[in-house]
Amino acid sequence: MGVYDNLNIPYSQYLDHHGQLHETCSDYTSDAKNLINFYKIMLRTRVFDQKAINLQRTGKLGTYASSLGQEAIGVALGAAMHANDVLAPTYRDYAVQLSRGIKMSDLLLYWGGDERGMDYEFSREDLPICVPIATHTCHAVGIAYAMKLRKQPRVMVCIIGDGATSKGDFYEALNAAGVWQLPVIFIINNNQWAISLPRDKQSATKTLAQKAVAAEIYAEQVDGNDVIACYERMHEFIERARTGGGPCLLEAISYRLSDHTTADDAQRYRSPADVEAQWQFDPISRLKTYLLENQFIDAEALDALQKQAEQEVEEQVKIYLNTATQPPEAMFDYLYETLPEALQSQRDEVMRKGKKHE
Amino acid sequence: MHQLMFWEAIRRAHDEEMDNDPMVICMGEDIGVVGGTYKATQGLYDKYGPERVMDTPISENGYTGLAIGASFIGVRPIVEIMSVNFAWLAMDQIFNTAAKVRYMSGGQLEAPVVIRSPGGTAHQLGAQHSARMEKVFMGIAGLRVVTPSNPKQAYGLLKSAVRCNDPVFINEHELMYNMKGDVPDDEYFHPLEGLEVARRGKDISLFAYNISVHWCLQAAEILASQYQIDAEVIDLYTLSPLDRKGIVKSVSKTHRAVIVEEAEPTVGVGAEIMAIINEECFYELDAAPARVSAANVPIPYNHRLEKEAIPDVEDVIKTVLATLGR
Ligand SMILES: Cc1ncc(C[n+]2csc(CCOP(=O)(O)OP(=O)(O)O)c2C)c(N)n1
Ligand SMILES: [Mg+2]
Repeated sequence: MGVYDNLNIPYSQYLDHHGQLHETCSDYTSDAKNLINFYKIMLRTRVFDQKAINLQRTGKLGTYASSLGQEAIGVALGAAMHANDVLAPTYRDYAVQLSRGIKMSDLLLYWGGDERGMDYEFSREDLPICVPIATHTCHAVGIAYAMKLRKQPRVMVCIIGDGATSKGDFYEALNAAGVWQLPVIFIINNNQWAISLPRDKQSATKTLAQKAVAAEIYAEQVDGNDVIACYERMHEFIERARTGGGPCLLEAISYRLSDHTTADDAQRYRSPADVEAQWQFDPISRLKTYLLENQFIDAEALDALQKQAEQEVEEQVKIYLNTATQPPEAMFDYLYETLPEALQSQRDEVMRKGKKHE
Repeated sequence: MHQLMFWEAIRRAHDEEMDNDPMVICMGEDIGVVGGTYKATQGLYDKYGPERVMDTPISENGYTGLAIGASFIGVRPIVEIMSVNFAWLAMDQIFNTAAKVRYMSGGQLEAPVVIRSPGGTAHQLGAQHSARMEKVFMGIAGLRVVTPSNPKQAYGLLKSAVRCNDPVFINEHELMYNMKGDVPDDEYFHPLEGLEVARRGKDISLFAYNISVHWCLQAAEILASQYQIDAEVIDLYTLSPLDRKGIVKSVSKTHRAVIVEEAEPTVGVGAEIMAIINEECFYELDAAPARVSAANVPIPYNHRLEKEAIPDVEDVIKTVLATLGR
């Protein structure tokens, strides 16, 4: 018996891992067109992900954090957010970033070691990837505060991992969001691992969602591999926040099918058999089953989507690989709005040295 | 021109900037209803309301991060961290986000946030309330660090900081809030870069900032009247980026330098200035530059020990005389 067994944090699942639907869908998720779009973006994300890993293995990309198996959370979120809402992502959130129009070539540019990849063409108020864990939870609360102050009907969405929920910033952010009743949604991608630390060693709480209780913030859990349930819950939370309902937290339960990053070897701390067993819960195959069984799409069209995704990724990789590297003195760009005089001589020196190395 | 106390000057800057731009807000612990520990935001809560003058929960990292986040989408927050000793808790936000977000986003975002915080040794506040952290902040690329020595600077630097699109850390001194000084009646913006010659002199350059400017000015008067030594006092109100040219200019004129800081010497402001002097004008020197700094200890709680741990006017005079071989 746990101390707080009676908290009753709701859990939802619409589409089970056999592709069977158990709940009544909203108009949005009843529409085959929208479901096919979910499928398409999950697929694009996965093809992108695989390609990025290949690029890293062949020395054409730096260390890369894969999103394998966690695509549903981001795709649902991308659909539930409005274009002018703001996203504060982690380093594993390509699915939602791609949904929001951020280009694959920019994501590759970033992971290839070039900050210009975080200068997005679209969704320009979305935050760059936050590397320090949970730091962006506080930024999210600040942005939500600004939205409220400016009386804008916008919503701030912040994604974090299960590991991030152990950090002080997260609790500070929740507490402040509760005090000011801000339009901010926290999404926890509970992928069961924080590098080598499993979920049960991360926190003694039965759920991660219940961490919101102490801040008087409403929280639920959802099957994070069920794109339909994710969408339904996120949509409701986001629209509630938009109309003054205050902050919410959603713990999406998923699984990291990949290594933590390409610099990690997960076999050091978990068995391949355990990972293998998780593949049955894969978000993409269950939606595929559902789409096929209900004749929303046929095998041929699915093939076409696959080819389309591969083609897009190839084109984007080309753009990335053809992006010229910056000159050395670019290290002083964007440090200040205008470079202080005192740094000018350092910049000149770097330029001089750089010329010699050309 | 009117005499204002240091806190009144800061309060006035807040008021004018909040009045000028509805996107300027301020936040911190106990800054709203009660107007701040040092009265820097007195009356603003009643004037601008709780949405723009925010009493925050006790969570330095949390509300500093909140301010930084708000600054990403057009708000211009002024954060008061009640004591610089607790700015450590917000270091991740300041160091990893505010100072780096423009850089790491390829210029897409910026964090026009102002963080004000009092530090320094006051009267028996104990080791955890007496730290001087300016040397930590001035080592952070992307962050501007200023430190006013008088009400005019306190007013003008805060105003400029609010308008600046880079993050600015303003280091204030606990003991200076009631200090009086002339502040222009007209709106005034103090430059965020450079230094000020607080007293012209030809025999030796005394480099100081914040409270030590006053020790040096007092010392200079005594040196002039009792020893016929004409000391120049340089007020380094900008600690980052340091005005290298200005430092060199003064040393090239006087050929002697003493750096006076309230903080401990290790990896400090004085060490940095000494390095600049060595790099830029070593051959101008007629004597080895010297530092007047605190002992390398946490500031003691005991009154007597506290006084002994930090430098005073007498130490400045002694060091100047030694540098001049007298
Ligand atoms: C403040 C901080 N501490 C440590 C790290 C190193 N680190 C990078 S990822 C990671 C694990 C994060 O786990 P989780 O929040 O579950 O996210 P996931 O990687 O599983 O998506 C750690 C400890 C960091 N980036 N930031
Ligand atoms: Mg995790």
